[in-house]
Amino acid sequence: MRLAGSLAFALTVLFGTAAQAQNPIPVKIGVLSDMSSLYADISGPGSVVAAKMAVHDFNPAAHNMKVDVVSADHQNKPDVGSSIARQWFDVDHVDAIADVPTSSVALAVSDVTREKNKVLLISGAASSDLTGPKCSPNSVHWTYDTWMLANGTGKALVKTGGDTWFFITADYAFGHALERDTAAVVTANGGKVLGHVLVPLNTADFSSFLLQAQQSHAKIIGLANAGGDTDNAIKQGAEFGITAGGQHFAGLLVFIPDVEALGLKTAQGLVLTSTWYWDMNAANRAWTKRWQAERPGKFPSMVVAGVYSSILHYLKAVAALGSAADGKAVVEKMKQMPTDDPLFGKGQVGVDGTVTHPAYLFEVKSPAESKYPGDDFKLRATIPADEAFRPLKDDNCPLVSAAK
Amino acid sequence: MVEVFGIPSYALFGQLLIGLINGSFYALLSLGLAVIFGMLDVINFAHGAQYMMGAFAAYLMLQYLGLDYWVALVIVPFLIAATGIVIERLFLQHIRKLDHLYGLILTFGLALIIEGLFRNEFGSSGKPYQIPALLQGGRNLGFMFLPNYRAWVIAFSLVVCFATWFAIERTRLGSYLRAATENPALVRAFGINVPRMVTLTYGFGVGLAALAGVMAAPIYNVSPQMGSDLIIVVFAVVVIGGMGSILGAILTGFALGVIEGLTKVFFPEASSTVIFVIMAIVLLIRPAGLFGRTA
Repeated sequence: MRLAGSLAFALTVLFGTAAQAQNPIPVKIGVLSDMSSLYADISGPGSVVAAKMAVHDFNPAAHNMKVDVVSADHQNKPDVGSSIARQWFDVDHVDAIADVPTSSVALAVSDVTREKNKVLLISGAASSDLTGPKCSPNSVHWTYDTWMLANGTGKALVKTGGDTWFFITADYAFGHALERDTAAVVTANGGKVLGHVLVPLNTADFSSFLLQAQQSHAKIIGLANAGGDTDNAIKQGAEFGITAGGQHFAGLLVFIPDVEALGLKTAQGLVLTSTWYWDMNAANRAWTKRWQAERPGKFPSMVVAGVYSSILHYLKAVAALGSAADGKAVVEKMKQMPTDDPLFGKGQVGVDGTVTHPAYLFEVKSPAESKYPGDDFKLRATIPADEAFRPLKDDNCPLVSAAK
Repeated sequence: MVEVFGIPSYALFGQLLIGLINGSFYALLSLGLAVIFGMLDVINFAHGAQYMMGAFAAYLMLQYLGLDYWVALVIVPFLIAATGIVIERLFLQHIRKLDHLYGLILTFGLALIIEGLFRNEFGSSGKPYQIPALLQGGRNLGFMFLPNYRAWVIAFSLVVCFATWFAIERTRLGSYLRAATENPALVRAFGINVPRMVTLTYGFGVGLAALAGVMAAPIYNVSPQMGSDLIIVVFAVVVIGGMGSILGAILTGFALGVIEGLTKVFFPEASSTVIFVIMAIVLLIRPAGLFGRTA
């Protein structure tokens, strides 16, 4: 009887610990995005689909992990975004937040993430301040930033004769950063900035601002805005004879859904910089096909692709560490491991959190050149990874100076 | 060169004209709202969604039926008005005797549902719509380049606004309408079908929103949220003009378009708020609005 008793005890202990060892590491990822307004098509629900694909492709079960994806709409408001982030971290046990378009929201969420020692995987937000003066040991900035856009489109246009600029700028963190970074590139390459106008976000009518741009007689009208604002500006610019009058638009941040919304007839000839295009190679096309199973008729932007790749790399780092609890440690691990995924290829997470990979200068095709839906861009130039992003020495990021 | 506050006068003329053009959209939309509020006592929050439906209907007709802008301009208002009539028959007529708040919440809910459905179907980036061939290009006025389409917008909306004002304030039908809002029972006693008249009036107001939507399609991004971006401003216009005042809605629409246009030159950062500042001031001084009758 005593034997049976101790046997039972031993078995309980044995199976108890065995069951504990099999308990998978829980990881929860929150996709925080604009689900219903002007940036919803470049990120939003498409980013959620990409996040789920990343989790599926990572195959958590094989790494003894259990990964959940949740999502929420920050409505492009910093206060809404940071209160969702707090609720996620404090109540819902979220370990990492992904995407976060709209730089002002991303900056707010970055502060909360740092305070709670979690991880922020930025794909949708653009401000280069996120890895500059406002950089954080808890953030990774994956897809693109304003410095890279300025360096790509700005430099290319100044070099081909567009040496005087007027900016139409979205009046918030992102627009200011994009204008600042582009103006710096323009002047550094011998160009001149003639003026600018700050426009409230979500403006329907740009005619007044276009008229001011027209009267500046600048050769290039730089659009330091995004989404519906860029679409409205370009559409109305055509109407006001901007291009017919010899001035050109520089769409500093143009995504493929914007081109689709404008139509190739209006958008043709526009030069833009992007780090990812769905029709670049077989791997991208295959991935897009899978993504389109959930988002029929739409084309993924680079932001959506960045959400996929950043989550994949994050999960690899968590698997290597065996825990998602310490956000700073996970980001440190992400910086140690070289990045490698089907969409962005090989790359590196820098000390400041910027992920470096090549960028591409594209031109929007004319209706005659486009052979099938989504066949919108032609490649003009490839900017190698070491030139595409801001060098660490110009960062003003406290992490960089601390690392020296 | 003559300068006004450091801005060359020719630039100022251009901005004034652009303000008038934007004002004509405000006028058209606030006119529909004023008609609906004046005759039905309903605060129609679905107005922005109905404007958006007008723009999308024009896009869909071109895309799938090959019907161009001019056909859309005639057909779409009737089409969307018909959906308005359905809404009035199904919902609004049952809450007419209740507080304003019920109508407001009902139409606001409808607007959210309609917008959500369109976003689900078409995405949030919007759809392309070209300016009709006849109105492409523009002319140089010396002080600015005026696109032909904008000239058309201002002329056409002036005609529509005047016609609506005339029909309601100066015709027999209009007098029946106004009488029916004052005392429906008495007007009914004269053998006039008041409920039908009210239904048609709502349809007419909705048709005006759709008309503005068709006119906006070639120049604004045709997207599901185009209405909600505009509707708040338009409500401010109606409040400033005086709820229910037809003439007030038209005049304030144009005037605020101009004021907003000037703000875009002198202090562009405030251009999205200036109308609300004016609204606050007007409400402090004249709670019934500039042209409103105090009850």
